[in-house]
Amino acid sequence: MAKSMARYFDGVRETRVWRSIFRSGTGSSTLHRALAIQQNVFLHLFSTKVRRRMLTFNATWYLGTLTFGTFLILVATGVLLMLYYHPSVPQAYADTKDLQFVVSSGLFLRNLHRWSAHAMVFLVFAHMFKVFYRGAYRAPREFNWVIGVILLLVTLLLSYTGYLLPWDQLAYWAITVGSNIASAVPVFGDKVHFLLLGGNAVNANALLRFYVLHCMILPLTAIFLIAIHFWRIRKDGGLYSHQSEPATLRAQAAPAKVAQ
Amino acid sequence: MADEKHTNPESGGVTKGTDPDLDRREFFVKLGLGSLSIAAAGTVAFAYQFLSPNVLFEPSPVVNAGKPESYPLDSVTLDVNSGLYIIHSKEGFFSLSAICTHLGCMTAWKADLGIIACPCHGSKFKQDGEKIQGPAPRPLPWKRVWLSDDGDLMVDRSTDIRPMQFVRV
Repeated sequence: MAKSMARYFDGVRETRVWRSIFRSGTGSSTLHRALAIQQNVFLHLFSTKVRRRMLTFNATWYLGTLTFGTFLILVATGVLLMLYYHPSVPQAYADTKDLQFVVSSGLFLRNLHRWSAHAMVFLVFAHMFKVFYRGAYRAPREFNWVIGVILLLVTLLLSYTGYLLPWDQLAYWAITVGSNIASAVPVFGDKVHFLLLGGNAVNANALLRFYVLHCMILPLTAIFLIAIHFWRIRKDGGLYSHQSEPATLRAQAAPAKVAQ
Repeated sequence: MADEKHTNPESGGVTKGTDPDLDRREFFVKLGLGSLSIAAAGTVAFAYQFLSPNVLFEPSPVVNAGKPESYPLDSVTLDVNSGLYIIHSKEGFFSLSAICTHLGCMTAWKADLGIIACPCHGSKFKQDGEKIQGPAPRPLPWKRVWLSDDGDLMVDRSTDIRPMQFVRV
C-alpha cells in the first residue's frame, strides 16, 4: 500500500503540470535537494544546506520559528475577524460582542487571536534572550539583531494598536494613558499625540487610525522585516553555533580567552 | 576628489584644465539631488498636512453647565461627558478640569475624604485642584467660567485661568 502510494506520487511528480510548477525536477541527489530549496520562492530565503545539529531543539529551542508560527496564526485569525468588525464608534464594541456570542466560531477565533498575541510577545522576548545569552548577536550578525529589535517594536506596536479595537472601557483608558505618554516627548510630543489620534482625544479618528495601523501598516512592515530577517540568517553564515565559527570569529567572540 | 576626476583619461572628455563635460555632469548631479531633496521635503510636509485633520468632529470646548441654582453650596459635581468639576464653594463658583495631569485619566470626587482622586495611578488633589500626592506633575487646572445672558453657567475647557478666580452669582 505504502509502496503503491509512493509510486503514485512519483508519477504525479513526472506529470507536465507538476514539472511546470516545480522546476527543480525529481530525484534525491544533493543537487535536486538543493534545487528544491533554492528554486522555491519561500524557501530560497534559507540556506540550501543546514547542519543537522542546528535543527535540533537544543540549538535554538525553535523560538524564532515559534514566533513566526504565532504571527501566521495572528494573520489568519485577524483576517477572519476583520470580516465581522467595523472600526466605527457605534459598532466596534457591538461587533466585538457579536464575535463572542453570535458569530459561529467567533469566540474561538477571537480567543485564538488574543492568546497568540500574548504568546508572540512572550516568544519574541524569549527568542531575544536566547540569542543574547548565546552571543549570537555578534559579528557578522549585528545587523540581523538590529532588525530583530525593530521587529520587537513592531510586535509591541501591533499589541498596542490591537488593544483599542474592542472599544471597551479598558481599551479606551489604556489608549488614553498610552497616547498621553507620547505627549511627554519634548517639543514634538503634542504633535505626535495629535497625529497618532487624529484629534485631541481618543475618538472615531483614533479608532480608524489604530485599525489601519493594526491591520495594514504594521503587519506589512512586519512581513517585510521578517523576510529580511530570515534571508540574513543565510547571508550571515547560517544559524549561530559556537563550534562552527571560524577561529578568528571565535576569538573575537570570546576576548577573555584570548587574553590568557 | 574633483581634481582626480579632471585628470582621469577614461572620463572621455578633455583632460587638461577645467573639463566642461564633467562640470556639466556635476551640475546635473547636484541639480538632480537638489530636486530630489526638495521633493522629499515636500513629501514630508504633504504627509504631515494630510495626517493632520482640518476638521474635527469633537465636542465644543465651551460647555453649558446649567443654572447655578442646581449646584448646592459646598458641592463638587463631576460632569463625566465634559470632564469638568463644577464646584460651588463659599467664595463662589469655579470649574476644575477632571482630567488627571499625569496621563489623562478621568479623576473622581471622593466625598467622604473630601479629595479628588485618580483611579489610574493614585494621584490625589484638593478640592481647589492643588496636588496632594503624585504621580501627577501639576495641579488640576482651573477653567474659565462665566454666566451667559440666560443666566447659565458656562465653562470654556480650552482656557486655563489662574486659580482662585471665583464667579459669584
